[in-house]
Amino acid sequence: MEALTEYALDIATEYGANYVDVRIIRQDSQNIQTKNYSVSGFQESGSYGLGVRILLGGWGFSSSKDLTKAGIERTVRLALETARASATCRESPVTLLPEPAHKANWSSPCEIDPFSISVEKKIGTLLDAAKVMLAVPGVTLATGELTFIKEEKFFASSEGSRIKQDFIRSGCWIQANATNDEDQQRRSWPQQYGQQELAGWEMVEKWDLVGNAQRIGEEAVALLSAAQCPQGEMDLILGGSQLALQIHESCGHPTELDRALRWEINFAGYSFLTPEKLSNLKYGSQIVNLVADATAPGALGSFAYDDEGVAAQRVFLVKDGTFSGYLSSRDTGKEIGLTRSGGMMRAESWHYTPIIRMTNISLVPGSAGKLADIISNTESGIFMDTNKSWSIDGRRYNFQFSTEIGWEIKNGKLGRMLKNPSYSGVTPQFWNACDAIGGSEEYVHWGLPNCGKGQPCQLMWTGHGAAPARFRKTQIGIARSK
Amino acid sequence: MNQEERARTIIDFALSHAKGKVDDIEITVSGWNEATSRFAVNNMTQNQSPEYERVAVRVLVNGKQTRLTSDIGPPKDVATLIDKTVYAAKLLESEGDLLDLPPAPNSDLYAAPNRFDEKTASFSPQDRAEIVQKIIRTAKKHKLEVAGTCVSGERSIAIGNSQNLFAFHKESSAEISITMTAPNSSGWVKENAVSISDLDPEALAEKAAEKAIKSKDPIDLETGHYAVILEPSAVLDLLCFLWYDFSATSHIDKLSCLLDKQGQAVFGQAITITDDCANPLQSGEPFDGEGLPRQNVTLVSNGTFKNMVLGRKSAHQLNLPATGHGLPQPDGYGEYATNIVVSGGKTSLSEMIANSERAIYLTRVWYVREVDPRTKLLTGVTQDGTFFVEKGILKTGIKNMRFNVSLIEVLNNVIALGPAVRAAGEEGSPAVVPAMQISDFNFTERSLF
Repeated sequence: MEALTEYALDIATEYGANYVDVRIIRQDSQNIQTKNYSVSGFQESGSYGLGVRILLGGWGFSSSKDLTKAGIERTVRLALETARASATCRESPVTLLPEPAHKANWSSPCEIDPFSISVEKKIGTLLDAAKVMLAVPGVTLATGELTFIKEEKFFASSEGSRIKQDFIRSGCWIQANATNDEDQQRRSWPQQYGQQELAGWEMVEKWDLVGNAQRIGEEAVALLSAAQCPQGEMDLILGGSQLALQIHESCGHPTELDRALRWEINFAGYSFLTPEKLSNLKYGSQIVNLVADATAPGALGSFAYDDEGVAAQRVFLVKDGTFSGYLSSRDTGKEIGLTRSGGMMRAESWHYTPIIRMTNISLVPGSAGKLADIISNTESGIFMDTNKSWSIDGRRYNFQFSTEIGWEIKNGKLGRMLKNPSYSGVTPQFWNACDAIGGSEEYVHWGLPNCGKGQPCQLMWTGHGAAPARFRKTQIGIARSK
Repeated sequence: MNQEERARTIIDFALSHAKGKVDDIEITVSGWNEATSRFAVNNMTQNQSPEYERVAVRVLVNGKQTRLTSDIGPPKDVATLIDKTVYAAKLLESEGDLLDLPPAPNSDLYAAPNRFDEKTASFSPQDRAEIVQKIIRTAKKHKLEVAGTCVSGERSIAIGNSQNLFAFHKESSAEISITMTAPNSSGWVKENAVSISDLDPEALAEKAAEKAIKSKDPIDLETGHYAVILEPSAVLDLLCFLWYDFSATSHIDKLSCLLDKQGQAVFGQAITITDDCANPLQSGEPFDGEGLPRQNVTLVSNGTFKNMVLGRKSAHQLNLPATGHGLPQPDGYGEYATNIVVSGGKTSLSEMIANSERAIYLTRVWYVREVDPRTKLLTGVTQDGTFFVEKGILKTGIKNMRFNVSLIEVLNNVIALGPAVRAAGEEGSPAVVPAMQISDFNFTERSLF
């Protein structure tokens, strides 16, 4: 890998690039899907190639799997041609914030290499969970999925950085569906689309798919005859995985500096968190602290260096309720006068140029204890868990989420089960209504492996640390208003 | 060596290497070379020219099947990939109902319109830059700010199997997407085509600019029920949530909102939906993930749910003929209607405005998601050109609003249809759909801009 990147750097520098970085990535993945009692998908995929990003007034990027000398030279030439074309459409040249040259070798934490586990054992885990779900009368479809990704990445820049990083990502998911003549309901575990972590097979064991299969099967069936979630303004308690997506959509995306600078307005959208609001806007209540933490061990959005060679950092986005920071890069940071990039540039693979991505955007644990403590301190309200759908406007103000399941809370106790729960709101009002955040006892780094952004659209692994939390006087159930 | 010859070489080598090791083998070679120039704040911000080629191998051994995919290099890589695939297959349990691979069909069945334009396939970074410059000049002329993309390139796919099936398709693609912004308004347009010559960047820029200018100083409108006029992009990004409900597998799994309704009137009489790969406004290869020719399927005729699309597996389970819509196997989702054509009418957008007493006009819908799969309840937000129509006149821009609507009810509340056009959106793949005038749309909340 090293020799190939040196060759690409030498050619690009020879042709006059102001700055160049090269990423060579090898990625191997395995995905196993089951449907009821059988394997519905078994796929393995391998990928190995190089991406070259060049600054020559404007940005140019090209990539190829052809790693011969001739192939690398062709790729570099195309990146140069593309950068020159970009410069003809700019009023001023792109400039970058400084970053020291790094030489490093890093590996993500992994106790049990998932590729060392037999395929039979993996399939057996999913089919065992399926048998338990299907044993519940009324379950009409039981699905399961395991995903394992091994990535080897080498980064080199014309500024002297040489960084090798190895990642292992693992994910697991089961889902029970129940359908009758009138309705269709589902329950997922650990969350919709599954949980993913920067970890090995140990995470599959930790989430205990088989041990949770009967409960989610029974809940899916019970939802068919559960009461409809009421409509009105009520206190809302969110489970950790739903709160993770709330953080993702209403804090993670609007703090992306490329959005705030209107660079993503054509596809991903704009942000209400414009630069003049930095350090001024009361984003949430005093107890709300949100960080972008790429250093959290085992969290899906962690790494040691981003895809432009900036070291991983922990940055406050919201401090004591005040909007206090952005997810930034070397070029966007320069635009608003930052002194250093926050290190948030990543690309899905060697095929694509890096863009600003969430790392682990997390709600710092509070003092409200466990979920049971928050419920016992709530006179009346609704507890919602496990995301079902999500939608937010182009500036990340108005949102609407629905969850798979909910429960009524009366006098500090969980009451009847509710189906089709949903809530909506406006981001700053919602976070200013947050008055209880769970402690570290139930804090989990939830992983979202499918965040889409960029043109062409790139998917990215992001993480969100969250414990359950309460939001006062939230709009509930308007999705089904007539 | 052109793409077809290269694909044949890889497939022939794979078939030869796999002989005696497998019961059946299928090889798919896909190539993708599509460049994207991105601009924002009246400057080029990103410019990328990635190159991509993948080979997927699916083997059947003793009633078991696996699929492995790889970037592919020299023949030894193909051989390694096949050997790994065979090894992986042996680790699995037998599938009781595993079908043999399909034999070669009559090659005439692969007929599709020419979807390749050499100029578009070889468009250079500087060619795209010149288009971007034209769009930026238009923005500056109107004192607006512009963001968007100009995309050009080509893609190809070949499938071959040990039953002598071979199918190849290549097509070019071009796309321009533009968002014009003013201090408190915006306008958006997006079009794609086989040939870059069919896209007029200045006309598209003017169209987006007009939306931004006309919708300036938007007013707040009360939430509630309104009639709406949906441009084709808005129609596409709502209706695309319905396409999987026509897949036979979604019925077998009891997930379709049209479950047990085949033969029944499910939508208004004006609604006819077909899956027609050969439609000249459509794109894509004329064969499915197993190489079966895509057939023209009437999904809905005058409001009645007529047919599902079927892959080979679901067809076998239901004892029906496959329609050539299978996804690359194995895949739990089964099949997908990929070439949707919604029949249009004769009412123009200006006629829809003129015949509206009180309505909301939507250029596009944003971040649409399914809230309830059974009632097909969708939520989303208006964006980039939303107007209040009163007494036949496009009166003023309005601030954006969130809607919650049942797609089934929407398609039962059609007042008028425009001519069907090739539409591009952000939620669904391009399809041929008309503008629609709908009598009832439930707007539940207001946004702040």
